[in-house]
Amino acid sequence: MAQPQKVVVVGNGMVGYKFCEKLLNKAGGGSFSITVIGEEPRPAYDRVHLSAYFSGTSVDELTMAPASWYAENGIQLLTGECVLHIHPEAHYVMTHTGRKIEYDKLILATGSSAFVPPVPGVEKEGVFVYRTIEDLDAIISYAQGASRAAVIGGGLLGLEAAKATLDLGLETHVIEFAPRLMPRQLDAAGAGMLKRKMEALGIQIHLNKNTAHFEGESNVKGLAFVDNTSLEVDMVVVSAGIRPRDELAKQAGLGVGPRGGIMVNDELQTTDSDIYAIGECALHKGMIYGLVAPGYEMAEVVANNLTLSIAKKGDVKSFHAFDMSTKLKLIGVDVASFGEPFCEHTPHDTIVVEDKLKGIYKRLNVTTDGKHLLGGILVGEADNYNMLLQMVKNQMILPPNPEDLVMPVRKGESAGAGMGVASLPDDASICSCENITKGTICEAIEGQNLGDVAAIKKCTKAGTGCGGCVPMLSDLLTETLKKQGKTVKKVLCEHFDYSRQEMYHLIKMSGTRTFDEVLEKHGKGCGCEVCKPAVASMLASIYNDVIAKQAVIQDTNDRYLANIQRGGTYSVVPRVPGGEITADQLIALGTVAKKYDLYCKITGGQRVDLFGARVEQLPFIWEELIDVGFESGHAYGKALRTVKSCVGNTWCRFGVQDAVGYAVRIENRYKGIRAPHKLKSAVSGCTRECAEAQSKDFGIIATEKGWNLYLCGNGGIKPQHAVLFASDLDDDTCIKYIDRFLMFYIKTAEPLQRTATWFNKLEGGLEYLRDVIINDSLGICEELEKEMEYLIETYHDEWRVAVETPEIRARFTHFVNSEEADPTLEFVEMRGQKRPSDW
Amino acid sequence: MTTQHTTWFKAAPISAFPENGGACVKYHDRQIAVFHFKQLDKWYATDNECPHKHQMILSRGMLGDQQGHPKVACPFHKKTFSLETGLNLQGEDYCINVYPVKVEDGFVFIGV
Ligand code: SRM
Ligand SMILES: Cc1cc2nc3c(=O)[nH]c(=O)nc-3n(C[C@H](O)[C@H](O)[C@H](O)COP(=O)(O)OP(=O)(O)OC[C@H]3O[C@@H](n4cnc5c(N)ncnc54)[C@H](O)[C@@H]3O)c2cc1C
Ligand code: SF4
Ligand code: FES
Repeated sequence: MAQPQKVVVVGNGMVGYKFCEKLLNKAGGGSFSITVIGEEPRPAYDRVHLSAYFSGTSVDELTMAPASWYAENGIQLLTGECVLHIHPEAHYVMTHTGRKIEYDKLILATGSSAFVPPVPGVEKEGVFVYRTIEDLDAIISYAQGASRAAVIGGGLLGLEAAKATLDLGLETHVIEFAPRLMPRQLDAAGAGMLKRKMEALGIQIHLNKNTAHFEGESNVKGLAFVDNTSLEVDMVVVSAGIRPRDELAKQAGLGVGPRGGIMVNDELQTTDSDIYAIGECALHKGMIYGLVAPGYEMAEVVANNLTLSIAKKGDVKSFHAFDMSTKLKLIGVDVASFGEPFCEHTPHDTIVVEDKLKGIYKRLNVTTDGKHLLGGILVGEADNYNMLLQMVKNQMILPPNPEDLVMPVRKGESAGAGMGVASLPDDASICSCENITKGTICEAIEGQNLGDVAAIKKCTKAGTGCGGCVPMLSDLLTETLKKQGKTVKKVLCEHFDYSRQEMYHLIKMSGTRTFDEVLEKHGKGCGCEVCKPAVASMLASIYNDVIAKQAVIQDTNDRYLANIQRGGTYSVVPRVPGGEITADQLIALGTVAKKYDLYCKITGGQRVDLFGARVEQLPFIWEELIDVGFESGHAYGKALRTVKSCVGNTWCRFGVQDAVGYAVRIENRYKGIRAPHKLKSAVSGCTRECAEAQSKDFGIIATEKGWNLYLCGNGGIKPQHAVLFASDLDDDTCIKYIDRFLMFYIKTAEPLQRTATWFNKLEGGLEYLRDVIINDSLGICEELEKEMEYLIETYHDEWRVAVETPEIRARFTHFVNSEEADPTLEFVEMRGQKRPSDW
Repeated sequence: MTTQHTTWFKAAPISAFPENGGACVKYHDRQIAVFHFKQLDKWYATDNECPHKHQMILSRGMLGDQQGHPKVACPFHKKTFSLETGLNLQGEDYCINVYPVKVEDGFVFIGV
């Protein structure tokens, strides 16, 4: 066998890594000996999702492949080592440790660095860039002593950095030189809308600002602008663009562009044919691509061509100009720009939808004959991005009324009515990071019997790059399975081949009351962390037994009847029906909190949360609370939380009904009932709506004549207003409808599906729901009411049972062989109270 | 072959451990999670500390199997670990130590 070719890769970033992966896949072991040299202290990680590091994603989770992967595949990985020189004649590189490494083919994947403009004072402490994990660590640690931050640069990365400093709790300013945000992706109207939305998030935007110098002694204290204004800040993140890292290439005499970047031909060869450049350092036809997808495509081209040169079959690939469409992530506002967003030199007509109230701006550029889409801009709502991008890329014929494509999405409708994945051609590239077509994905689904998105990712690698195409993968899966005549069924997990609704029915019919019985009758294996809590919830909804009797199948919070918090202590939230609380109860809360040194906080749900209780303290704390009439607030359960109330007509001069009294009645009626997800409610005493009932799973607003009932609202991750279900109901009718509604939801929803998402998937929508609940179109209302009545009758205060039942109470210990508390718990002082020390 | 000498630590009576669940044992200044996997009629012991965010919590985790392989899921972020090998089952780099367990005369012993 011939000597393996020595391939040396300089730079272990996203593209450098992807190149190794692709070369291995194509060539297998043996044909190449690969060495990768990276200057960062760790193996390549996902820079695109770098900001997720702020919200707790760990370095391991961001890592593309662990060091062991390189070793297993025979790749020599050198981290923390920087290449200083290339010797093209002698075919070797030299690293900073003096190591000499020979190559046959050299791949430069050195990426780029953040561009820092040479403004006087930029070297001061407190000025950062945003590119590596080390940068983020430095920002996080400096932010602890800072209160105001400025981000220089209002482009894609700048806005992401701004959201990060905002999330770190800093007052945040964005400084942009141009007259608008994201000048390369958005037009003036779109950028204006984005600015308003960013400001609504609490980020202050300063346009047309040119920084003259940084103020402060050794530490930065502010920015002075050319127009003689200034801004006081104690921290700055510079995000003014990127500079390709071409210093090695330059030194070695390779061709570089006048404004930086290593010049490459269509096969990504530099001016030395044994040296290639790929990723953000490469300059192809005058373009630097600052995105990961083109970088991956470059890796593909070089890996392919190197393998060819050995295997001598197949076709030489070349790199072509690449689409620069982007969808911004993580900043709390949907923004996308695709195809030709401006169409400066292409004849076109535009379709523009602008809704200043909702903060939506959408622009489509279509050919003058109205047949094809050229590109566009989406601000405030970008659900349709993937589909629109595909329409541009595949030059698909537009539907007769193309304006429908950008009409704001209404509840219950899917985005872009009429244009589903089915209409895409087979060669449409769905995942542009990995360049995988619809055909490949559908074949894999059919050929290999893939059943979920995770399997598609694993098998085809689609969706593993930026992740933008994942919703489309899910649609493709549904479509393909439907075509095969398979019903697409959501099963609980590998242990149960049934949907939740089927399981619910089976459990009820078979009368099984424990997890073991249910598993034996209807499932297989031992169960897992997905099906155990789901079955536990169904058993509770059906039988309303004491959940602590089957503690080991409950999610941790339900197992200890308290929310587990950072550090491993628990929180205590007693129920305060309708927010009405007596002075004696308030005193008792204070006494208990003081005795057990608990952190106290008024929640957003009209009650008090006591944090920092050790597991063995919980029964003692609850015992004292129960003594003054408190009951479990189920803050830990997928059950009724609070029924918020406003003052109502007993005190308020505008009130038209007794909101507090009704809220107390509602809360006491439904407390303790387990559902697929948590339930929240509120009662407002008049149309001013101080209790925010329209954001609840079921909300009630008083009218002159009675109550208006609103259903299926949600705050949280994806807020949605509740819809008006029925008007002017009397006390009892309103409760009757709620009984039926809740039971219907409990019986038919998926696990962990809140009422809003359940409603959005309900075929027939609001009319259907009214028909079932009000007109009894399914003939099940009597049964629903009976089932609800049973749950109400069997109510028990879970904490009372736990405290009074010795064998349940005995479980609240940290050690089984010692009375001691967990000695590793650590707290720090904060504003006169305590909190757990950092993770 | 090297034989390793195992010291058996007498932890607690069987009844102290929930069936198909776990509990934490104190051994000097170490914490060991012990699980009674009744469905498989097996006992397992692992570190109590979850390597993800260094929380002393695995004994309060949930037992289960993945394709027949026994595992425990951490209560905090649901990372799962093999009870046989201690490896993370999502393919991440974390892992935990596992210890031998034996049951004699109604008592649970951990090999430390
Ligand atoms: C305590 C409280 C924050 C506060 O100090 O104000 C809180 C605290 C938690 N919320 Fe919340 N939420 C609190 C009000 C809210 C509200 C506002 C409200 O209810 O008026 C919302 C938005 C409204 C809504 O739910 O529709 C809210 C939306 C969430 C969500 C997102 C739900 C969604 O469907 O998108 C979660 C995550 C989940 O439930 O899966 C969550 C989860 C949590 C958890 C349970 C996370 C956890 O598992 O540790 C927090 C428990 C803290 C603890 O140990 O007690 N919390 N949470 C509030 C408790 C109110 C109460 O008295 O019960
Ligand atoms: C916060 C942030 C968000 C982003 N979001 C997106 C997004 O949403 N979508 C998108 O497509 N792109 C995004 N990007 C851009 C994307 O991350 C880059 O396009 C991609 O990482 C480029 O990969 P690369 O391998 O070419 O360069 P890099 O990832 O920069 O890797 C180059 C590596 O080479 C090393 N190196 C350089 N010189 C040497 C030397 N002489 N010796 C040894 N090692 C060396 C560097 O230290 C570095 O580790 C984002 C970037 C950032 C910073
Ligand atoms: S209390 Fe709610 S919003 Fe606040 S950190 Fe916890 S889950 Fe998130
Ligand atoms: S601490 Fe265990 S999974 Fe996060």
